[in-house]
Amino acid sequence: MAALSNKENFLKGIIRENPVFVILLGLCPTLGVTSSAINGLGMGVATLFVLVMSNLVIALVKNLIPDKVRIPAFIVIIASFVTVVQLLMAAYTPALNEQLGIFIPLIVVNCIVLGRAEAFASRNTVFASILDGLGMGVGFTFALVLLGSIRELLGSLSIFGWKLAEADGMLVFVLAPGAFITLGFIIAIMTWMKRKKSVNP
Amino acid sequence: MEYIVIIISTIFINNIVLAKFLGICPFLGVSKNTSTAVGMGGAVIFVMTLSTIMTYLVQHYILIPLNIAYLQTVMYILVIAFLVQVVEIVLKKVSPDLYQALGVYLPLITTNCTILGVAILVIQNNYNLLESVIFAIGNSVGFTLAIAMFSSLREQLDTADLPEYMQGIPAALITASILSMAFMGFAGLV
Repeated sequence: MAALSNKENFLKGIIRENPVFVILLGLCPTLGVTSSAINGLGMGVATLFVLVMSNLVIALVKNLIPDKVRIPAFIVIIASFVTVVQLLMAAYTPALNEQLGIFIPLIVVNCIVLGRAEAFASRNTVFASILDGLGMGVGFTFALVLLGSIRELLGSLSIFGWKLAEADGMLVFVLAPGAFITLGFIIAIMTWMKRKKSVNP
Repeated sequence: MEYIVIIISTIFINNIVLAKFLGICPFLGVSKNTSTAVGMGGAVIFVMTLSTIMTYLVQHYILIPLNIAYLQTVMYILVIAFLVQVVEIVLKKVSPDLYQALGVYLPLITTNCTILGVAILVIQNNYNLLESVIFAIGNSVGFTLAIAMFSSLREQLDTADLPEYMQGIPAALITASILSMAFMGFAGLV
């Protein structure tokens, strides 16, 4: 890990170790809020903020926390930042807050955040941890926006709220089954492309 | 009657996994065979019912009187983490058999978003204590039902002849989609 350069620390989260498509963490908000691209973006940015801030603080205090209580300590730090996000969103973006609903407080138990705290921030420098949080957050946002756009496009024939055609889409893509099936196909396509690359490089 | 409606709607119509997307991580992670899936489901039923009672009491007797309801998220996650630890210690002493059956799943439950999710939903829906308990039982039974059905489907999938890139998670997700579509048929039941 230590050998990675700053650039790699940032970039690895976006494609190679993308939290959603490759490591398969944090699937609840991924599936739950992506009925439209804009919701995906909002959720992604909220998670990005929590990831960066909690990575930053945990990297700062990692030597002060006794090893035995580190997980509860991490959770409290994460929960504090989630509360900050919750209050900020309720104040400045009430409509989005309403849409995302219960998934905002649930960032606390998003495995990505705790996972990066435990796997990266607790054993790396502050600067590297911030970059790692940024990269993972951008990767997560990218995944959510991609999934949200596909579902919105197929489900209501619009993108970021812009109506493309005056017709009904396939409603099922906005509903629950569409979330599972879209993610399933995205992961299958990514695996297929990776296979192809490794067979004839 | 009202209680029956809560039970039916949480198990079938608004199934916590297939319609509300909570608890996807254990749903995909611990569903490779039926016996572990049922074990996980049992642990969730147990902890969710207890934690919902605890968080309800914390909300109404600590957070609201002290006017610090904005600490909800921090407080709840601490209560849940604490409760899981206590349940683990108590079970080990009181009922080693049950501990044997549920033991390995207990630590995983702290980060299971169904537990925190239900605790928050109960407050959002303004349920009283009895309704909250019923809501928690319904949701956890719904979780167990979904994960048990899904795991038996996945056991079949293992032997299916699929293209290489569809094996594992992609096939599982598409199966989950079809299962969720089947559950949509329950809409309008109550």
